[in-house]
Amino acid sequence: MDMRVNIAGVEWKNPVTVASGTFGSGAEFAEFVDLNRLGAVTTKGVANVPWTGNPTPRVAETYGGMMNAVGLQNPGIDVFCERDIPFLRQYDTKIIVNVCGKSEEDYCEVVERLADEDVDMLEINISCPNVKEGGIAFGQDPGAAERITKAVKKYAKQPVIMKLSPNVTSIAEMAKAVEAGGADAVSLINTITGMKIDIRRKTFLLANRTGGVSGPAIHPIAVRMVYEAANAVKVPVIGMGGIASSEDAIEMLLAGASAVSVGTANFYDPAVTMEVVDGIEDYMKEQGFGTVAEMVGIVK
Amino acid sequence: MARKKENVVILSQEMIAQDIYSMWIKTDAAKEAAPGQFISMYTNDGGRLLPRPISICEINKADSSLRVVYRVTGKNTGTELFSRMKEGDTIPVIGPLGNGFPYKEAAGKKVFLMGGGIGVPPILELAKQMECGKKQIIMGYRDAETFLKDEFEKYGEVYISTEDGGVGTKGNVMDAIRENGLEADMIFACGPTPMLRAIKEYAGENNIVCYLSLEERMACGIGACLACVCRTKEKDHHSNVNNKRICKDGPVFLSTEVEI
Repeated sequence: MDMRVNIAGVEWKNPVTVASGTFGSGAEFAEFVDLNRLGAVTTKGVANVPWTGNPTPRVAETYGGMMNAVGLQNPGIDVFCERDIPFLRQYDTKIIVNVCGKSEEDYCEVVERLADEDVDMLEINISCPNVKEGGIAFGQDPGAAERITKAVKKYAKQPVIMKLSPNVTSIAEMAKAVEAGGADAVSLINTITGMKIDIRRKTFLLANRTGGVSGPAIHPIAVRMVYEAANAVKVPVIGMGGIASSEDAIEMLLAGASAVSVGTANFYDPAVTMEVVDGIEDYMKEQGFGTVAEMVGIVK
Repeated sequence: MARKKENVVILSQEMIAQDIYSMWIKTDAAKEAAPGQFISMYTNDGGRLLPRPISICEINKADSSLRVVYRVTGKNTGTELFSRMKEGDTIPVIGPLGNGFPYKEAAGKKVFLMGGGIGVPPILELAKQMECGKKQIIMGYRDAETFLKDEFEKYGEVYISTEDGGVGTKGNVMDAIRENGLEADMIFACGPTPMLRAIKEYAGENNIVCYLSLEERMACGIGACLACVCRTKEKDHHSNVNNKRICKDGPVFLSTEVEI
């Protein structure tokens, strides 16, 4: 039985990575999991310069999940390259760098800076609902999404994954747009914009007023969107959104995802990824699948 | 890979004041725990997923147990679920987390140990372990429900303030300091932000070394989510911006390094 998957020419040892922003660059989780056992580590979004992020409170619990408006706080690409890449290279796992920006130039600057760094894939975040400029502005209009994909592809030396927002009318159309722009893969879903009100204080729970909802509560929405995207494009789909167990991950694979990311569950169960890897392996044995590819998208 | 979320057994639980509960749990975390650290406590309800960061109130290394004293924050909350748990039930926890109070710096010093409201509990283990010149424990409460007060009395001079004037000085902990003419050359404090802000200002004016334990909403408790940040005076080495993580870099900070 073979757990390996090939995502846009990069071979992962298994189909499990983590969703950007839920795992830092792995250092905080090294105490809880064996990073060598992950197919890839997807790092928290990094920009050309350090970002301070949003005011607090930045998170709130929602039933079956949470809402965040961290605002992509990050140390900037220079610190990332000096500190986080060498840290992750100590482990036998692929490195996917999530890139954020406020303008086309910002994205391209980071992608260009990473071109000669020892990282395996780039994930372009055009779907963060918590930053005003950029981010989501590129992720809700197919034309803009295609243009930004084309722009970053000019500078990228690694395969480019475009991370899509669920806050759109047609996820299939968005996936097609970035594929047309040259995306090597797509990942989805980012968080769903939500709002929570404190009825005692009679105000918003998050300082940012709105935030991105994530966690098990959004999993069925994510499965539906992964299914639609996978049936709309030829490039591989990395499925994410509320995966908290191997069963959730397997659903995504059957719906058409070639690999999966565990996100919010890392926050409340830091070792969950190990169970997801083990559980997929057990399922493959039990069901007689020789490779992961054999199970991808078989539910039509 | 040394750490994990573990299910631990509740040794006892009792309500010690209105909405305030005291719980002892059996956990190896007690062996490494220090005053001012916290544990993440999880509900057994699959819908309420995030950890509740709860400060450690007492540590018993001999029998590997920890005491937490927490407030039930409302109807249908995670803390309300905790309050319904009984001796023998199991509860998932991760800990100890955070840095704790650098209480050894207090050797020979005249110290204020200050707690306000649900910031009182972590001061108890601190008061127990601290060896200093003069230990003045100043606690602020809403009303006459001065939970843990009696337990503090064996460790130092205890001063109380209550918002309604029911016990001790009417007002807050700063009023208690003034009314009793107290002085210190080192402060350790935990409590609501307005209280900590006042203490920070007082420490600044009087040139007193002051450690504050901060609180913020957290999603992970282990330094990954970047939810519980506080503004810092200097650029932080980890974040490369003026933000520190309360869960990982704190919860205890020098008053001069944070902006609250």
